[in-house]
Amino acid sequence: MNLAKLPIGSFVRIQKCDLQSLVADLKQVHDRVVGPREIDAAIVYDDLDHVDQLPIGVTDHQDGGVYRLTHQSSDSHFDYVVGPQSLKGFLFPPRETVSESVRTDGKWEIQATETPVMRIAVLGPRACDLRALAIQDKVFLEGPYVDPGYQRRRDALFIVAVNCRRSVATCFCHAMDCGPAVTSHFDLALTEMDDHFAVEIGTPAGGLAIEATSWVPMSEVEVAHAKQVPAALEESMQGGTSARQMETGGIRELLMDNLEHPRWQEVAERCLSCGNCTMVCPTCFCSSVDEVTDLSGDHVRRERSWASCFTAEHSYMHSGNVRKTTRSKYRQWLTHKLATWQDQFDSSGCTGCGRCITWCPVGIDLTEEVAAIRGE
Amino acid sequence: MSEKPKLAVFKFASCDGCQLSLLDCEDELLAVADAVEIAYFLEARTEQIAGPYDIGLIEGSVTTAHDAERIKEIRQQCKFLVTIGACATSGGIQALKNWQDADEFVRSVYATPEYISTLGTSTAIADHVPVDFELRGCPINRQQLLELIASLLQGRRPSTPSYSVCIECKRRMTVCIAVARGVACLGPVTQAGCDALCPAFARECFGCFGPKETPNVISLTNHYQKQGVDCAHLTRLTRSFNANSPEFKEASDLLSGEQPSADTGDH
Repeated sequence: MNLAKLPIGSFVRIQKCDLQSLVADLKQVHDRVVGPREIDAAIVYDDLDHVDQLPIGVTDHQDGGVYRLTHQSSDSHFDYVVGPQSLKGFLFPPRETVSESVRTDGKWEIQATETPVMRIAVLGPRACDLRALAIQDKVFLEGPYVDPGYQRRRDALFIVAVNCRRSVATCFCHAMDCGPAVTSHFDLALTEMDDHFAVEIGTPAGGLAIEATSWVPMSEVEVAHAKQVPAALEESMQGGTSARQMETGGIRELLMDNLEHPRWQEVAERCLSCGNCTMVCPTCFCSSVDEVTDLSGDHVRRERSWASCFTAEHSYMHSGNVRKTTRSKYRQWLTHKLATWQDQFDSSGCTGCGRCITWCPVGIDLTEEVAAIRGE
Repeated sequence: MSEKPKLAVFKFASCDGCQLSLLDCEDELLAVADAVEIAYFLEARTEQIAGPYDIGLIEGSVTTAHDAERIKEIRQQCKFLVTIGACATSGGIQALKNWQDADEFVRSVYATPEYISTLGTSTAIADHVPVDFELRGCPINRQQLLELIASLLQGRRPSTPSYSVCIECKRRMTVCIAVARGVACLGPVTQAGCDALCPAFARECFGCFGPKETPNVISLTNHYQKQGVDCAHLTRLTRSFNANSPEFKEASDLLSGEQPSADTGDH
C-alpha cells in the first residue's frame, strides 16, 4: 500500500457499486458503520450493513414545521439533505451516566463511569454539520476544561462526508458561510456524479480506507467538474426560493441593540417553549446534571442529559427563575446563537442547517425573525 | 408506634390504576415497605392504622358532596399531601361531565337513579384543599413515585420535570410525528415524565401528564388547524384525561365555541 499515491486533498473516482466495498472495509476497522436510513418517515442515522439500505431515490421536502419524504425511481444515493439528527448525538450523548457513588458505613466512594468508546464511521454528514462539529469541538475540547468522554468519542470518529447537490427551502448554509461545499473536518468526502462518486481524501486514515477499494485517479477537468456540483448549488441557493436567506452583516449589533423590539413579544405568542429547536440544533450544547438516588440514599447516579434554555429549570438560580417569560427565553436563545456566541467562541453558533425551522412544531423561522427585527 | 414515616393512600373517583403503580413497584416494593410504614392502603393491607400520616397519596377526583368533605378531613390528617394521577390533579376523564348535564346521564345509565348522589362536576383535589405536590399521568410513572418517596425520606425536593414531552422524545431520538407525519400531537404542550412513550410507538401524545410549564396550547391548536386538522378532532384531543386543567380547557372551549355548564350543584 502506497500512501503517497493518495495525498490529502487529492480526488479519486469510485464506481457507485464500489461504495459497498468501502462500507465493508470500514466495518472491518470500526465497531459501527452508520449512515442515512429511512426510518419512521424520516432520514436518520442508523447502522448500515449494506449500501442497499441507503434511501436511494428518496428526496425530502422541508419547510417550517413540515418534513415529508418522496420516493422516485432514480439511483441517487444522497439527494435528501439533513434529517432531524446531526453528529451531536454520537459525541455528546442525549443521556449519559457520568459517575456513581456508594455510601458504606457513612463514607462515600465516588467512581467515574467509563463507558467503552465505540469506533464509529459515519457516512453522510453534510457541510453544515461538519461546521457544527467544528463548533462543538471548540466548546467541548478547547479552553481549560476538556470533556474527556467527548474527546474519546471524537478521536474514534471517522467521517465520510457528502457534498449536497440539492437544497430544501429551510437550508441557508450559504448565508452562514458554512456550505454547501464540504471543506474540512472529514476523512473522505463524496460528490455523487451521474454514474460514479468523486472522492476527496481528507486525512491519511481516509486515504487508507479508499485504497482498500477499487479507485481510479481523476483528471483536473474531472475534479473541476465534481467541484462544480456544490458550487452550482450555492449559486442557486443565493438566487432565490430554493433556500432561506439571512443577511448576517452587523447581526450582532442588530440583535443586541434591539433587545426591547416588539417582535420578541410577537414571536413569544407563537413559541411553545417546547425546546425542539435546541434539541435538533447541531451546536446547542447545554446539559443538565442530576443526581438520581435510590430509596436508601446510599446509591447515587450522576446523570447528564441534553437540556434546553427554553425550560424553567435551565433558568432557575438560587433566588428563582431569571427568565420567566417565553419572550425572554426565545430572545436569549436567538441572541446567543447569532450574536453573543461570537463573543464567546469567535463564530456564529448557527450553521444554516435549518433544523430549528423544520422541527419547530409551529414552524417558527429564525431567518424571518431576524428579517423582522431588521425591519425588512 | 413505629418510627418509620407513615404513608397513607386514599381513593376518590378513579380507576385504581395509580395506586396500583405503587404495588407495581415489584423489585422496589420491599424497600418501600422497609422505608415507610404503609399505614393505610385498602388495596394492599387489611390493617388500618389511624392517622396522622406523614405522607398522603390521593388518587381520584371529587365528584360527590361526601368526597368534598372527606378530603378536608384527610388534609388535616396528612403532613405532606400528594395528588397522584390525572384524576386527582385535574379532575380526570370523568371531568367530561363538566360540559354535560349530569342529571341526564344518571337518568339514562342507572336503573334506579334515586340511589345516585353525585355532583354536576368532577374537580381536582387542589380545588378543595391545599396540595403539596402533584404526580402527573394516567397512570403515574412508578419511577416518579419512587423518586417522590425517596426525596421525602431524604428531605430534598423531588426531581420531576415540568418541561415538554418533546425534550424526552428528542433525547430518545424519536422522529417527531407532528412534523414528519402531520399528526396532531400534544407533546409540545404536555409535561414530560412518561419518557415520551406514545410517540416512540408512532402514536400521538394525548396529554395524559397534563399541561407543561408555560404551555401555549392555543398557538399549537391554531397551527394544527392551519395544517388542516379539523376542529372537532382537536377538541377531542384537548378534552380527554386532563380536560379540566385550565390551559387544555381554555383551548378546547375556544375550539368548540362552548363553555362548560355553570351547574355545580348536588344532584
